[in-house]
Amino acid sequence: MASTLSKDQRKRRIVNSVMTGLTAASAVSVTGILLVILGYITYQGLSSISIEFLTDTPKPVGEGGGIGNAILGSAMMTGLAALIGLPVGILAGVYLAEFGDGWYGKTVRFIADTLIGTPSIIIGIFIYTVVVMPMGRQSGLAGGLALAVIMIPIVARTTEEMIRLVPNAMREGALALGAPQWRVSWNIVLPAAASGIATGAMLAIARITGETAPLLFTALNSRFYNFYYDQPMASLTVQIYNYATGPFEVEHAMAWAATLLLVGLILIINIAVRIVTRKRF
Amino acid sequence: MKPKISINNLDFFYGSDQALFDITLDIPENEIVAFIGPSGCGKSTFLRTLNRMNDTIPIASLRGEVLLDGENIYAPGTDVVALRRRVGMVFQKSNPFPKSIFDNVAYGIKINGIHSGKSDLADRVEKALHDAALWDEVKDRLNTSAFGLSGGQQQRLCIARALAVQPEVILMDEPASALDPIATQKIEELVVQLKQYYTIVIVTHNMQQAARVSDRTAFFMLGKLVEYNPTQRMFTNPDEKLTEDYITGRFG
Repeated sequence: MASTLSKDQRKRRIVNSVMTGLTAASAVSVTGILLVILGYITYQGLSSISIEFLTDTPKPVGEGGGIGNAILGSAMMTGLAALIGLPVGILAGVYLAEFGDGWYGKTVRFIADTLIGTPSIIIGIFIYTVVVMPMGRQSGLAGGLALAVIMIPIVARTTEEMIRLVPNAMREGALALGAPQWRVSWNIVLPAAASGIATGAMLAIARITGETAPLLFTALNSRFYNFYYDQPMASLTVQIYNYATGPFEVEHAMAWAATLLLVGLILIINIAVRIVTRKRF
Repeated sequence: MKPKISINNLDFFYGSDQALFDITLDIPENEIVAFIGPSGCGKSTFLRTLNRMNDTIPIASLRGEVLLDGENIYAPGTDVVALRRRVGMVFQKSNPFPKSIFDNVAYGIKINGIHSGKSDLADRVEKALHDAALWDEVKDRLNTSAFGLSGGQQQRLCIARALAVQPEVILMDEPASALDPIATQKIEELVVQLKQYYTIVIVTHNMQQAARVSDRTAFFMLGKLVEYNPTQRMFTNPDEKLTEDYITGRFG
């Protein structure tokens, strides 16, 4: 058969298979790199994970210790950031989608996009200036606020996108029943977009859970369990940074273990996102 | 005849494009009025001026008046929310809310605070579903998603939703255009039955449908009202040559 093909056709077939091969190879390398990273982290970190490691506080080198306080600190600061960032971000997103076609909405949207693209260390410096300096010390509060500032524009923009996907016919249906605009937004549009908004929220939480730079300036670190937001607070990411930059082999092993834990958490959040989005109508 | 709605010298614009030209017509109480005409003739735009649905389009503007029981609904200070409760609407594509069947019908009752207590709410929902000829098909699955219904059922659900707030006028924008013949027939029978309680304005592409259900028919073309007459006269002996040409299928 091949001999009956014209020169043009043969050339087209070759180009086609070369291009298909290139795209497939790129796809393999993307997932391959991810799998290598995950595999290496697991290989390096798994052996150091123990109950003691998960619950204890850091101890001098050679005496064991763990990252229990860092897990708590990460949870407390992420929690605070979510408590502030989710409502503010979602409401801002509703505004942008439903009323944001004027100059004010356009400005807000532009600033949000800029903020999303801003390196997170700059947000750390900002919170350092407006919160840490007046308070006179680093604190869990400052860390949580920094994470909230990172979170708000992400949540706002994903919420806006999700709300824009709600068909206009649904809004009109509610308006035609005599529903005021705010009720249409509140009990028709928001529930219709809920699963998408939840996806955006969880992705934003996963993103801030992995932030290190803004916490270095704001929450600093702590060697103890700290339940108070006005004190310096440990976090998984800063703890990883400290262990990884330490001089001892034991510290490196603990950095790997903490990394494994963090990656595992983010993986769990991403899988949860998948499950939530699957339940769509 | 007592006009429920009187439209006087209505001009309508999308930005600088004029979509309706000097429309004047009366819609009598407890009658069915059909708007027919080729695509883009302005019949849907006109329908949407009757409950100020076009307010949601920022570039839209309008001249002239629309009187509901003698009061201009475009007068400054008109409560649009209250107006839309009196003038309900059913859309071309069924647009149930992402809620249960029960909650779809209950929504309008709740937001307008019509009901007195939970059992009254349930009674009103049941009545609206009865009136929309849907009750028997959904009575065992009221708490399931409205998206589980067929297209025809969804459209009757939207009609039930509109009836539940007890409007005086119901606007229907090609309510059967996306439905199969059997579902269409059900909607048409329903529309005729509803006439005794409501004033109904129905936009349709389907001329046989206009002939079957309506008392009066208005024929629009290029944003102008060509002819408005009792339906029987319109389809047997129209005043205008253009109407005859359209109805007999010579164009459109």
